[in-house]
Amino acid sequence: MRDNFSLYKRLDWMLIILYLALVFIGWVNILASCGAGEDGTYNILDFGEKYGKQLIWICASLVLAVIIIFVINPKLYNVFAWWIYGIMMLVLVAVIFVGVDINGSRSWIRIGPLQIQPAEFAKIATIIALSSLMSKYGFTLKKKIHFVEAVALIILPTLLILMEKEAGSALVFFGLIFMLYREGMSGWILVIGGTVVLFFILTLLWGPIITSIVLLGTLVVAFLIHNHYTSPHSKLKRKHLLIKYYILALIMGIGMLFSVGFVFDNVLQPHQKARIEDLLGIKEDIMGVGYNVHQSKIAIGSGGLFGKGFLQGTQTKYDFVPEQSTDFIFCTVGEEWGFVGSLLVIILYASLIIRIINRAEKSENRFTRIYGYSIACIFAMHVFINIGMTIGLVPVIGIPLPFFSYGGSSLWCFTIMLFIFIRLDLEKEKWR
Amino acid sequence: MIQDNKKKNTLIIGLIVIFAIILIRLFNIQIIDKEYKINAGNNALKYVTRYPARGLILDRNNEVLVGNKIIYDITVTPVEVLPFDTVAFCKIFDIDTSFVKEKFREYKKYRSRVGYQTLTFLKHISNEQYNQFIEKSADFVGFSGVPRTARSYPFNAGANLIGYVSEVDGDYIKKNPGYRGGDYAGKTGIEETCEEYLRGEKGHSIFLRDSRNRIVSHYENGEYDVSPVEGKNIVSTIDGRLQQYGEALMKNKVGSLVAIEPSTGEILTLVSSPGIDVSILAEISKHYNEIASDPYKPMYNRAVMSPQPPGSVFKIVNGLIGLQEGVLTPSTHYSCSQGYKAGNVKLGCHVHKSPVDFYESIMMSCNAYYCYVLRNILDNPKYENIGEAMDKWNEYVKSFGFGTKLGSDFPSEQSGFIPNSNYYNKIYGKKGWRSLTVISLSIGQGEIGSTPLHLANFAATMANRGYYYTPHIVKESENVEIDPKYKIKNYTMVDTTYFEEAVIGMYRAVNSPPGTGGTATIAAVEGLDICGKTGTAQNPHGDDHSVFICFAPKDNPKIAVAAYVENGGFGATWAAPIASLLVEQYLNGEISPERKYIEDRILSSSLMHKVKVKKRR
Repeated sequence: MRDNFSLYKRLDWMLIILYLALVFIGWVNILASCGAGEDGTYNILDFGEKYGKQLIWICASLVLAVIIIFVINPKLYNVFAWWIYGIMMLVLVAVIFVGVDINGSRSWIRIGPLQIQPAEFAKIATIIALSSLMSKYGFTLKKKIHFVEAVALIILPTLLILMEKEAGSALVFFGLIFMLYREGMSGWILVIGGTVVLFFILTLLWGPIITSIVLLGTLVVAFLIHNHYTSPHSKLKRKHLLIKYYILALIMGIGMLFSVGFVFDNVLQPHQKARIEDLLGIKEDIMGVGYNVHQSKIAIGSGGLFGKGFLQGTQTKYDFVPEQSTDFIFCTVGEEWGFVGSLLVIILYASLIIRIINRAEKSENRFTRIYGYSIACIFAMHVFINIGMTIGLVPVIGIPLPFFSYGGSSLWCFTIMLFIFIRLDLEKEKWR
Repeated sequence: MIQDNKKKNTLIIGLIVIFAIILIRLFNIQIIDKEYKINAGNNALKYVTRYPARGLILDRNNEVLVGNKIIYDITVTPVEVLPFDTVAFCKIFDIDTSFVKEKFREYKKYRSRVGYQTLTFLKHISNEQYNQFIEKSADFVGFSGVPRTARSYPFNAGANLIGYVSEVDGDYIKKNPGYRGGDYAGKTGIEETCEEYLRGEKGHSIFLRDSRNRIVSHYENGEYDVSPVEGKNIVSTIDGRLQQYGEALMKNKVGSLVAIEPSTGEILTLVSSPGIDVSILAEISKHYNEIASDPYKPMYNRAVMSPQPPGSVFKIVNGLIGLQEGVLTPSTHYSCSQGYKAGNVKLGCHVHKSPVDFYESIMMSCNAYYCYVLRNILDNPKYENIGEAMDKWNEYVKSFGFGTKLGSDFPSEQSGFIPNSNYYNKIYGKKGWRSLTVISLSIGQGEIGSTPLHLANFAATMANRGYYYTPHIVKESENVEIDPKYKIKNYTMVDTTYFEEAVIGMYRAVNSPPGTGGTATIAAVEGLDICGKTGTAQNPHGDDHSVFICFAPKDNPKIAVAAYVENGGFGATWAAPIASLLVEQYLNGEISPERKYIEDRILSSSLMHKVKVKKRR
């Protein structure tokens, strides 16, 4: 503990200020989304109200942050990574059986007065395990076996969380693919993955036949370009492999397109299907499944350039927007603070994430770097999906906005994630 | 490392692109796209409905039958109410404090549902109460007085005909989209028939609410307000004064009085007695119990809803069919010895000269004559059997409008009933009946049911010598185009030439010199050339019903009337004088001194004691 003071001096205050700003603005918006008490005033210490409770969660988070920075030796994360991961996976399994049903997902457990969503904490455990695995000497994603190990590490909690019917949280794990990309995975996987998603959406919109034609066209163009830039002496050309690969891709692609309908109808849950259909405008149902998004867009849209002002929002106040203090908290920002406020919040998030990436990249320590990239990916996924759904860019997926949304589990989880990184970042020397 | 830095930059650029997409989207919905602001309007703007004045209902002479007056409702917005002096409040409106307490208990119980809404607290308060309230309204925060238009009835006539207006309920809204709770709609009579013209179009004022639901300002200075469009006026075919006179004549009698202008089919008067008073119409809901428990069923519009045997007036129909079928000529004589006997069937008749021809048979209303006529129609050898002849007869009768809904624009019109062979086959078996079995049809008794509207229409058909216009109560005006079916002549299956013969009989029934046997001489008015036919409909439940149809003048008729007085006895006793007074009033504008005594007798008599009613609880 003797170096506490020097720790204090070397802390990345930029990240901490960004964190505090987001937490504070988040709390202000939770306050606004709750509406005044019976007497028309706000008693911020009223712990019966959400804003009062959130204040407690915030204080607890700060305590956690202090503990992480000053108390816990960061080397322990690497040492105990597998224990943490193992125990978390067991908890996730347990939750499937003993979890409490909330809004249709069995992802919560109750410990005394607290309700905790282990899926949130599973993210931390997975990231730590992943950092530990991938920072081992000699580990490289270029080796197939290592790549499979890393992916398996991610897939396991994803599947368990899916079994808890918490598809949103599971989806977030896919964000880690960008970290894998940074750590050596081929960029083509991202391109192919993105293309698959794009064609999936196009098939839903246009049906498999038209999309197949589009796919054919795309592949022909890609082939011509590829052909042009490929040396005639390369192995691809000599053995006519190039054309064979493209024909194979076309056949597989068309096969996939025609199975989209099946996947869509049989793999997705009905409400997930409905949300996607609503987003794509296939089925308009603003009173049913599209109600949230419609009301949310109205709330945000009515904010205009400067918003209606603090506590002046009418849409969020009258409970037009459901889940307005948790998943749809961004509506309050959009309505009361307008485009300018939204812009500010997004700049804060962008700054936070870019700062993390920059710090991670600079770190001499692989563990720290991988960890930093991982949380940057997770934060970015959360922010994009959450804000995207409130403005109708992505289907409704119930995940919280980091540091913003009401709720202890998510706030603590994000706080722990961030402060572990801040602490790791202080370690200058390489561990190995 | 350089490679890695490139990847880092790719990722950061990717991140910035994604956030830029979010910002572009936000910019679009927050600043460019106006749709969301308008939608937010639905939520954050307060739309205050402005109700249009309902259209007036005028009579055929453009006198106002139904007008509008302003009444006030008291509304309350429970969340805004501050503690107030309940006793003073109740004193103004003359209500019990427990009423107020109960209301507020309800608001509290359902507060999540009530929310910030404004609700109606009291309805139809008086002007005086309203003024008192306005003076002290500062003491009653959260309450306000809201003006509304209500119906007024300057003419005390035609309540059943006009119908009433009342607040729409859930069922009505379900059947008629476009109505909202709090709207009013016509429920019966002309108010119902002409709802689409009378209602007008609602408008609204838009106010801006703040986050606590207080009204901050008039949105955009009222630029987006929509003014209500007043309802269109309806011109009725009714003659208000004649209607009023008709109601006076039918007062204290049970029955109907219907007058039609034969040359157009326009209903001049339609009285169903006893009816409701116009003073009750405006506040019909308050009087509901009183109306429902009245044994004489004042809301029941007998004129169009009560099919009864027409009695002797129906003889004309049989006569006309006989003429058309060739089984009768105007000069055919039949003898009558106080009735008709055949086998063991005997149908009595009153004392009159014998034998009589066709004209005299109508003038004197001979029963026996029509027994012969009907038997000749039904036993006509040109038909294979009586069933075929019966169905032909049925077809003839229906061509006069009997047994069918005439298709007037008056709601809840009944079709009545005219029997056919099937009907008797069912009762008596296929071979179990013959012309004698159904002989009472000859004199309009038995299984015939016709409404007073049918009879008036028949009178109009006689006046027109063979056709009628479908009776209706809405007159064509600049606002309203009536259904073209009201402009079509409906011919009966009897040649028009035969009608003149029957008209002669009808003329003689009224205008024969005293002592020569005319049955309706009481209806004679000098110079009016009234043609009429009495009827006495036998009634197994009490005194016979008194029936009379007539039209006048004989040439170029202006009015056709049917009067049906239940339990009135002979047609000449009540129905004939009532109908003739109505005709005289309409054509002359007054009752001649020598007929004043008839008018006095009618106006002052009550037949209510003769009418048996079931006591209803």
